[in-house]
Amino acid sequence: MKTTADLLMAAAPHAHDKSSVDRIMLHVCLALSPVTAWGFYLFGWPAIILWTITCLSAVASEAFCLWLRGYKINRVSDASALLTGWLLALSLPPWAPWWIGVGGSALAIIVGKHLYGGIGQNIFNPAMLARVALLVSFPVQMTTWIYVEPISHIPAPDLVTSLSIIFSDGGEYLSSTNQLTDGVTGATILGELKTAYTAHTVAEVSSTHFQWWPALTGITKGSMGETSEILILIGAAWLLLLRIISWHIPVSIIATIAMISLLFHVGDPDRYASPILHLTSGGLLFTAFFIATDYVTSPSSPFGKILFGCGTALVMFAIRSWGGFPEGAGFAVLFMNALTPLIDRYCKPRAYGRDFKGKARKLLKNARKVI
Amino acid sequence: MFRFSPIKGGIHPDSHKDHTANRDILTSMPIPERLYLPLFQQAGASALPVVGIGDPVLKGQQIAVTGGGLSAHIHAPTSGKLIAIEDIVAPHPSGLPAPAMVLESDGDDLPLEQPSICNPFTRDPEELATEVEQAGIVGLGGAIFPSAVKLRQGRRFEIKTLIINGGECEPYLTTDDRLMQERAEQIVEGARLIQHIIEAYAVIIAVEDNKPNAIAALKKAAAPHGKLRVAVVPSMYPMGSAKQLIQAVTGEEVPAGMRSNDVGILVHNVATAYAIQQALCFKRPLTSRVVTVGGSCIASPHNVEALFGTPISHLIEYCGGLKREPARLIMGGPMMGQTLPSINTPVMKGTSAILALSPEEVNEKSPDPCIRCSRCVSACPMGLVPLEMAKHVKADSFDGAQTYGLRDCILCGSCSYVCPSHIPLVNYFEYAKGELKNQRTAAQKLAYTQQLTKAREERIEKEAAAKKAAKSKKRRSRDRSASKSTPSSTPSETSSSEPTAENDS
Repeated sequence: MKTTADLLMAAAPHAHDKSSVDRIMLHVCLALSPVTAWGFYLFGWPAIILWTITCLSAVASEAFCLWLRGYKINRVSDASALLTGWLLALSLPPWAPWWIGVGGSALAIIVGKHLYGGIGQNIFNPAMLARVALLVSFPVQMTTWIYVEPISHIPAPDLVTSLSIIFSDGGEYLSSTNQLTDGVTGATILGELKTAYTAHTVAEVSSTHFQWWPALTGITKGSMGETSEILILIGAAWLLLLRIISWHIPVSIIATIAMISLLFHVGDPDRYASPILHLTSGGLLFTAFFIATDYVTSPSSPFGKILFGCGTALVMFAIRSWGGFPEGAGFAVLFMNALTPLIDRYCKPRAYGRDFKGKARKLLKNARKVI
Repeated sequence: MFRFSPIKGGIHPDSHKDHTANRDILTSMPIPERLYLPLFQQAGASALPVVGIGDPVLKGQQIAVTGGGLSAHIHAPTSGKLIAIEDIVAPHPSGLPAPAMVLESDGDDLPLEQPSICNPFTRDPEELATEVEQAGIVGLGGAIFPSAVKLRQGRRFEIKTLIINGGECEPYLTTDDRLMQERAEQIVEGARLIQHIIEAYAVIIAVEDNKPNAIAALKKAAAPHGKLRVAVVPSMYPMGSAKQLIQAVTGEEVPAGMRSNDVGILVHNVATAYAIQQALCFKRPLTSRVVTVGGSCIASPHNVEALFGTPISHLIEYCGGLKREPARLIMGGPMMGQTLPSINTPVMKGTSAILALSPEEVNEKSPDPCIRCSRCVSACPMGLVPLEMAKHVKADSFDGAQTYGLRDCILCGSCSYVCPSHIPLVNYFEYAKGELKNQRTAAQKLAYTQQLTKAREERIEKEAAAKKAAKSKKRRSRDRSASKSTPSSTPSETSSSEPTAENDS
């Protein structure tokens, strides 16, 4: 038999559902892999290189911070840093230069996560914090959207050329074909809406630039991970099935965007885009399922989650429709992240035997004492 | 995802019940040479021995009486001789010694002569409640709350529904399941007796849907009796908790801070119903119970009807011994059971199971930081926010934890079970509840002391005033008597109040 001391330490429960942080994180990574693989195919070697260096530098930053703070380095095995890097990489323009990836990851992990106290302590979603900081600081690099060039196509850059695209100015490839100026790049549909609606109505822009099939499959301009709606939904279904995320946040985001954009679109179709365009463009679905559902920075109660989702959608719609930026997902999430502690404080679930205010429920009239 | 459930939250742990659910209860375990009967095996106060060392005792003889208030009698599980009242290692994780009566069996198992009994249904409920108390019956579901107290409380309320709890949601445990399968008629009769005692309108025996055989047996046994029905509830943890079972069966919630009595419901466990039937129909006091001996380290897991006081080592030996070294030895279920400090501790009234679990079954890991995944929030059957509560308890902010529902926590451990960071959430709450209790006790003590001090000051003032008044009266009367020249007797107030003041100070 074991000694008394060995048995003493243990307290109930003596069973566990065998979940763990690294399992959750890796499942999210798994759910991201279809859309990532598709992104690799569409955007070619530069995207693969950018994704790799972004993830690696996120893990390296995490290891550095853990070492600095005196924790065991093997804590990086919880895969949370990998996931942050992964999410950031997917939200970057696929051909962004290397320092965008490295700098973004370092920013996300060091400033966005460890300055707040490490895993579980950060107020803002680290990946979105980094993305927004990059967007504000380097607007040119962060909005250089390339046309899709599937990896096997002839004009797509090979590995060596890709390395030069990511690590230097793209050398001969970009200058010879003059790609960056007008050949390969262009605005996303949301960017088009923002810049073109002074000259054209939204309806015109939508009809010329919006097509169903590219929007759903992702064969269109955009960040690496946010273009293919179908693959995002497949990944999301996986997470919902495993109950890693709950339906509250994504459903409330999608429903709110759909309703509010429908309302405005019906009121003024020339000025406001249709719900379909809103739902299929930009990072909406990606944000709804993978970014806004981040555990640490979203509320914990079901009602709080719904409130969080609605708020995110409203801010997102406001930025898209009236703001200065074409896409507002990052800002919207950060804004609602800041409100999360407040939501958590005021949206507690109703406890058994209590009302929503936390007061004990009243006794039913017909239940009474006999003696 | 969407969840359609009669209760909030809850979890679905692996049941591990297959090993024992289809095996008969072993009733003929040899009586061990020595039985160790701790005096503290019920909620409330310790029992007080009434048999001297060296005295012979008979099976069923009362050997310790209720320690007053909330407590229960203890009876000799077999005949023999009381050889000592000494400290043994208590079946408690602390491993601290606790006083126990040591009974040496004579092997004859001679029962105490009991008077013949008439039909209990024709007798006075109060009388029956007293008899339940005499039989030393406590709640066998785990709370070990003296049953007679519960019955008497029930009598003071209008009880519409008596729920007999056959939930048994703890993994591994099949004692109630087997009891329902094998002794359904006795359970039904016990339920009707409880109904008779508390004068309940209807009886519902609630069983989880993972026990089809038990449900069938009970339905058959219940068929001849109206107003008694078997309700099938979904199997999930903690369905066996009274509050959750009430919600699942009746849809009602017991308001916070109240008892089920207040909503006209009383819950008793099936094993308790069986014990009550045995006591009232056959005058058999509670001296044994069915114990699940399970876990993957036990060679031949079984339900065993064990006498109280049987050393656990004896029980494990009887079930084929240990197949391998267990990572943990537990008394009770894996969700709320306590680790045992030693295998020499005895079976008690509250021992529903002895589990020898392997490391894989326990799956213990050191805790990581909380990632706020809020799984604990969705798992909590009480609708609380465990992650916030734990955060506040960690910072010693018990009031903060209260605002997130610490008071309502039933310590079921669902939150710890689902936590991917392996944070021992429920232990925080147990600790905090203990601390709060200490604080309350301290505050009460302080208030009482202040009250006494104030009372004393007031009294002293009053006495001083009375003295003064008496003195002036005396003086006046002396003056008067001097004028009249007659001596007066000493004033009575002063002499009577002085010693009291001394006593209190």
